[in-house]
Amino acid sequence: MLIKNDQNNFGLITILLHWLVALVTFGLFGLGLWMMSLGYYDDWYQQAPDLHEGVGVIFFIFLLIRIVWRWINPPPKSLPTLKKWEKVSSYLAHGMLNFLLLVIAISGYLIITAKGESVQVFDLFNVPASLTGFANQEDIAGEIHLLAAWAVIGLAAIHTLAALKHHFFDKDATLRRIFGLK
Amino acid sequence: MRKLVIVLLAGFMNLSVINSAIAENYIIDTEGSHAFIQFKIKHLGFSWLHGQFNTFSGSFSYDESNSTYSKIEVEIDTKSLDSNHAKRDKHLRSDDYLDVKKFPTATFVSTSFEELGDGKAILKGDFTLHGVSKNIIIDVEHIGHGLDPWGGYRRGFIGTTSIKPAEYGLKEMDKLGPHSEALFLTLSIEGIRQAYEHKVID
Repeated sequence: MLIKNDQNNFGLITILLHWLVALVTFGLFGLGLWMMSLGYYDDWYQQAPDLHEGVGVIFFIFLLIRIVWRWINPPPKSLPTLKKWEKVSSYLAHGMLNFLLLVIAISGYLIITAKGESVQVFDLFNVPASLTGFANQEDIAGEIHLLAAWAVIGLAAIHTLAALKHHFFDKDATLRRIFGLK
Repeated sequence: MRKLVIVLLAGFMNLSVINSAIAENYIIDTEGSHAFIQFKIKHLGFSWLHGQFNTFSGSFSYDESNSTYSKIEVEIDTKSLDSNHAKRDKHLRSDDYLDVKKFPTATFVSTSFEELGDGKAILKGDFTLHGVSKNIIIDVEHIGHGLDPWGGYRRGFIGTTSIKPAEYGLKEMDKLGPHSEALFLTLSIEGIRQAYEHKVID
């Protein structure tokens, strides 16, 4: 398997980054909803948010790496079988997914740091506050965080259904490519 | 000149006569932040957690000679809850607790004021929180009153009371444990006296 993308295939780094982001996105989404539902005396009441926040910060770093990597090593060309509208909509959907993931990460950070507190990333390091003190910052950032999260999950579902459509109906290489298969 | 002084004196005396007939009206000095609405609640039974509402407004009337003319109204912006921890504040404002989107204000409107002497008083009134109104009793203590250094006249009180937020329908209150049922409120207010209006307030 290639390490870097070429004109027609995804390389290992792009593939790993894709699946890492996919997995962690769903993981953080589930963890986020679950931790919000916990009661005060539940064992995970403190740990679940710590985990969500720590993983969230590391996730943000990977999002940035992924964007830089995409810039250094652009993805392969679209498959020649794609119709014009498929090219345009997939381009928009991918851009939107990346944008929303960044919005989620930043808004999450703005919730925690709204009053100047820092984000603790396990026992490794902490991220200090920067933008603080906007009126009801934690509430507004919280609403954006949740809305953008649901939007990502919705888009990811469409993204998945589209990939399955290409695999089973169009019988092209779209889905195989992102597993590194010919 | 002497005539003018006499006229002015007469004017003042006249005013002071009116003064005894009507209550003094005060605006709570939230602009200069000489007023505070603070709360405390026990955390697990181990310590006190303190917080406050940063935004509120109100006014009161005070009549030394006739306490039926003494009254107060306060409106609290529930979104301004501040317990010095962003994530907790967000949670307390959510529909698990105050549901500030649905209930953006809490109000207190007095129904009676009774001087007990020695600077102490009992204030009764309707407290509306989370859309639920209840009659509460506030223990009041006069702190002081008089001319301020900038030409105004001020009067201050402190009031303390306790409520059970669960009785106001705050959903998650009962999950905080038996030590956290009661919330203690302290209302520390200073009013700036307003220009007299020549009418009797009732």
